[in-house]
Amino acid sequence: MTIPRGPSNGTRIIAKEVHLTVSGVSENPSFLTGCPFHSLLSTQSPEKSDRGKMRPILMKGHERPLTFLKYNREGDLLFSCAKDHTPTVWFADNGERLGTYRGHNGAVWCCDVSRDSMRLITGSADQTAKLWNVQTGAQLFTFNFDSPARAVDFSVGDKLAVITTDPFMELPSAILVKRIAQDPEDQTGESVLTIKGPQGRINRAVWGPLNRTIISAGEDAIIRIWDSEARKLLKESDKETGHQKTVSSLFKSADGSHFLTGSLDKSAKLWDSRTLTLIKTYVTERPVNAVALSPLLDQVVMGGGQDASHVTTTDRRAGKFEAKFFHKILQEEIGGVKGHFGPINALAFNPDGRSFSSGGEDGYVRLHHFDPDYFNMKM
Amino acid sequence: MAALVSMGDIEAKALGLGIDLSTVDLESIRLPPGEDFGIKSDDDEDILKEDTQEYETGFGNIIVVDNLPVVPPEKYEKLEGVVRKIYSQIGVIKDDGLWMPLNPESKKTLGFCFIEFNTPQEAELAKEKTHGYKLDKSHIFAVNLFDDFDKFMKVPDEWAPPEIKPYTPGENLQQWLTDEKARDQFVIRALSDTEVLWNDPRQLKPELVYRRGYWTESFVQWSPLGTYLATVHRQGAAVWGGAATFNRLMRYAHPQVKLIDFSPGEKYLVTYSSHEPSNPRDTHRVVLNIFDVRTGKVMRDFKGSADEFATGGTGGVSGVSWPVFRWGGGKDDKYFARIGKNVISVYETETFTLIDKKSLKVENVMDFSWSPADPILALFVPELGGGNQPARVSLVQIPSKEELRQKNLFSVSDCKMYWQSNGDYLAVKVDRYTKTKKSTYTGFELFRIKERDIPIEVLELENKNDKIVAFAWEPKGHRFAVIHGDGPKPDISFYSMRSAHNSGRVSKLATLKGKQANALYWSPAGRFVILAGLKVFNGQLEFYNVDELETMATGEHFMATDIEWDPTGRYVATSVTSVHEMENGFNIWSFNGKLLYRIPRDHFYQFLWRPRPPSFLSPEKEEEISKNLKKYSKKYEAEDQDVSLLLSEQDREKRKMLQEEWDRWVQEWKKLHEEEEEIRQLLRDGEASDEEEEYEAKEVEVEEVLDVTEEVVSYDFEQNANYMS
Repeated sequence: MTIPRGPSNGTRIIAKEVHLTVSGVSENPSFLTGCPFHSLLSTQSPEKSDRGKMRPILMKGHERPLTFLKYNREGDLLFSCAKDHTPTVWFADNGERLGTYRGHNGAVWCCDVSRDSMRLITGSADQTAKLWNVQTGAQLFTFNFDSPARAVDFSVGDKLAVITTDPFMELPSAILVKRIAQDPEDQTGESVLTIKGPQGRINRAVWGPLNRTIISAGEDAIIRIWDSEARKLLKESDKETGHQKTVSSLFKSADGSHFLTGSLDKSAKLWDSRTLTLIKTYVTERPVNAVALSPLLDQVVMGGGQDASHVTTTDRRAGKFEAKFFHKILQEEIGGVKGHFGPINALAFNPDGRSFSSGGEDGYVRLHHFDPDYFNMKM
Repeated sequence: MAALVSMGDIEAKALGLGIDLSTVDLESIRLPPGEDFGIKSDDDEDILKEDTQEYETGFGNIIVVDNLPVVPPEKYEKLEGVVRKIYSQIGVIKDDGLWMPLNPESKKTLGFCFIEFNTPQEAELAKEKTHGYKLDKSHIFAVNLFDDFDKFMKVPDEWAPPEIKPYTPGENLQQWLTDEKARDQFVIRALSDTEVLWNDPRQLKPELVYRRGYWTESFVQWSPLGTYLATVHRQGAAVWGGAATFNRLMRYAHPQVKLIDFSPGEKYLVTYSSHEPSNPRDTHRVVLNIFDVRTGKVMRDFKGSADEFATGGTGGVSGVSWPVFRWGGGKDDKYFARIGKNVISVYETETFTLIDKKSLKVENVMDFSWSPADPILALFVPELGGGNQPARVSLVQIPSKEELRQKNLFSVSDCKMYWQSNGDYLAVKVDRYTKTKKSTYTGFELFRIKERDIPIEVLELENKNDKIVAFAWEPKGHRFAVIHGDGPKPDISFYSMRSAHNSGRVSKLATLKGKQANALYWSPAGRFVILAGLKVFNGQLEFYNVDELETMATGEHFMATDIEWDPTGRYVATSVTSVHEMENGFNIWSFNGKLLYRIPRDHFYQFLWRPRPPSFLSPEKEEEISKNLKKYSKKYEAEDQDVSLLLSEQDREKRKMLQEEWDRWVQEWKKLHEEEEEIRQLLRDGEASDEEEEYEAKEVEVEEVLDVTEEVVSYDFEQNANYMS
């Protein structure tokens, strides 16, 4: 299916209007088909006077802190997960809310969308991972576990999904691989592969190149590469040069050749996906909760901030809640984007590299379209 | 020392003996005591030695009382009772802690006894208090610590002349001053590491000189002329320094030392410890030692209850204010003084005794301070008898104790004294009650020390009700700055002790209105001052030139807690220490407010510039240099240029290298990606798989009737009509 792409001329819509217009839509179960409001909104003329100043679109739909953001391949849809139980899909261009996926009964930690934008998989603290029909919002299948599900990731070809579960009661954390059936009717909950071993929560697990490996990272600060066929540990990051504290996030490059990890040790590190060679380290002043790589320019963005429970001062700057941009190769800080009044928990780049979004502890998603100046920046 | 054994050899040996090394818990192996198998430990042997001395015996709480009467068994109990009565007043004697040995033949006592107290402190006190105690005419107690007997026994019976060691020249402790680039050093403490660094403003980064983990147990401190770096440990203090690196030069044993203070000429080191009472009847005791820095010898020690060392005044003030001893007489370290109840005790360092063998009696003296240059004391006595006797500030010459000048002040609530760094001027900030006694207002009494008869001038602010937030003299200069005001944004005024017509009157230079500042930091070279807004102002900085009366730059170091100028006045360090959780680290600025570099460090505790000794140049020579600055600066400007060229060259190189390295990675990835394309395509059921492939963006509009409802819409015509009209 081909989804209509919005105009990429940086349409700016006043956030408030969006809420009002869209709130009715999400009630509608078959919201994506047709979408009468979309054409209406996109015909609004952009506010010319604001050109040249990056004004974010403030997307208020979640009632609790954001946990994860994901664009589909075309970059026209943005999926958001939050501690309120409802993953939400938005138009990535104007921040219009398209709909929600109702059915989870706990915080939703992570999601992934298939290459054809048909399927969504979500992992939740209600001890399930769910498959959804992106278009209709219908639940297709529920994987049940004995402990909260954390990370989810579709393989190349979308025939497999990796899901991690948290340590819970006596249970250790686990990495599970499920087969995803072409036809939801044939879907089963059987695991193709189960890996147990690492101590503590596994915050992220993603597929390596050609689905031959699974890359995992979590509370024990070590990045691991597992052989997904021979079911054994292939590589571990070095304790000295690797992260020193919990790895909170992991972001693969567009071609999967390298990935970026963010950690509470206030740094982000860039690794080769095949050899687990540490290529770059980006040092910042805040614990890093979220990272993303620009698909267009040699840039990385990291977000985080002082843990919400430690914020004592009233001054917003004290918490370091900006999203910080670094030059990918020179490892130098380029700039920052302010806005959230709580730590940033999630970051995602639009696959076209012309916008990015951030999700915060404050419950907002902020969608930023870059100015023309941004693309002319000289390093 | 055993030859190095490789892990491979060990494994081979283990295999030969049939031992599976992986099953051996190496941690559980205990070596026989004293056996090191020829492997020397790297531990600091000195420390080990010291430890054994201190802790092995463990008899520190036992004293030996000698010169007791020799009594027959009948009188034994009576004597024991007397002794017990004397010593149980001083401390708690342990059960069975008093032992008076008997002569096995005559059954008479031997004239001495052992007493074991609960704590070594009590034993120490008992020794101090009862040594020389007269039980009667022929029995004068001789009391010693049991631990000291060893020492006494070791004294040889015959006197032998001490060995004279050949003179070994020490290293140049001032090597750092000869740095080619004329850089300054600083010390920082972060987490467990202490580091000494060069400030290299040309390279825009610091350069490490020396790093050591767990160098100190609480803090570090430079000596006032920068020769030594002092560290503080459980056993005492130590100083470090040297030409190439930091070697330990001397140690000063003082168990549980809490605070240290150098004399201004760094000849002497004062150490301080306080010992909480172990039971409520005891008093809080403090111990002070004054060491000679170079020899490590204790020149004098002071012991007593904390009350004795509390600052003077009419009582009510408790706790010891540091430094207890304030040094006077400039850099010669000639005199030191402390304040007591109704007295100021001034000691001189020839003999370490009181001048004229008695303290200076001043009824109700509250506070005193030394002139930084001359042996002159300024002291403050508050109002007495409900205002019948006025408060006064007087200047006293030492050692003659002659009063040079006195000023009586009325309805005073408090006074604070500020000396100019050359001792030329003294400003006394006087808080006075208003007529209603409900509030206070502030004025200044300005003393011109160097002029004949020491004239005094009164300065009052234009708005008398302004609170004084901060006051600071220009170092070596004639100007001072005052932050004053009541509101959230105070004003800052600059004054000069000279006026345009040289009439010897104070004159105002300028007032800056409504500044976000609450602290003043003058450059040590004068002329420039940082108006800083710390705490509530979140670290606002304004770099101000007082010669031109203009702001050079403004900046901010968010949350900054400390500001310190380097000793030359060229650079400024602002730091956020661990009182805040976030933002820890330091920034280095140029004197004119340009941010040079930032170093974030977690758990940042201390930043201290290494002081420099005063310049040998005469004032005339300095004047000449500053006049012909252009001539001298040419060389340095050329150097600066070279460095900046080199830097940009290096920077370009580095960037190029990084870019090339990155390009190699990208090449590699591209190659692998292409190699894997077929398989990837297969995984995707034949769909073309490269990310760059074209996909068509078609606009598809689908219209779908979701629901059709019909309802009758009622329309209120009348209302509409009203609306229309």
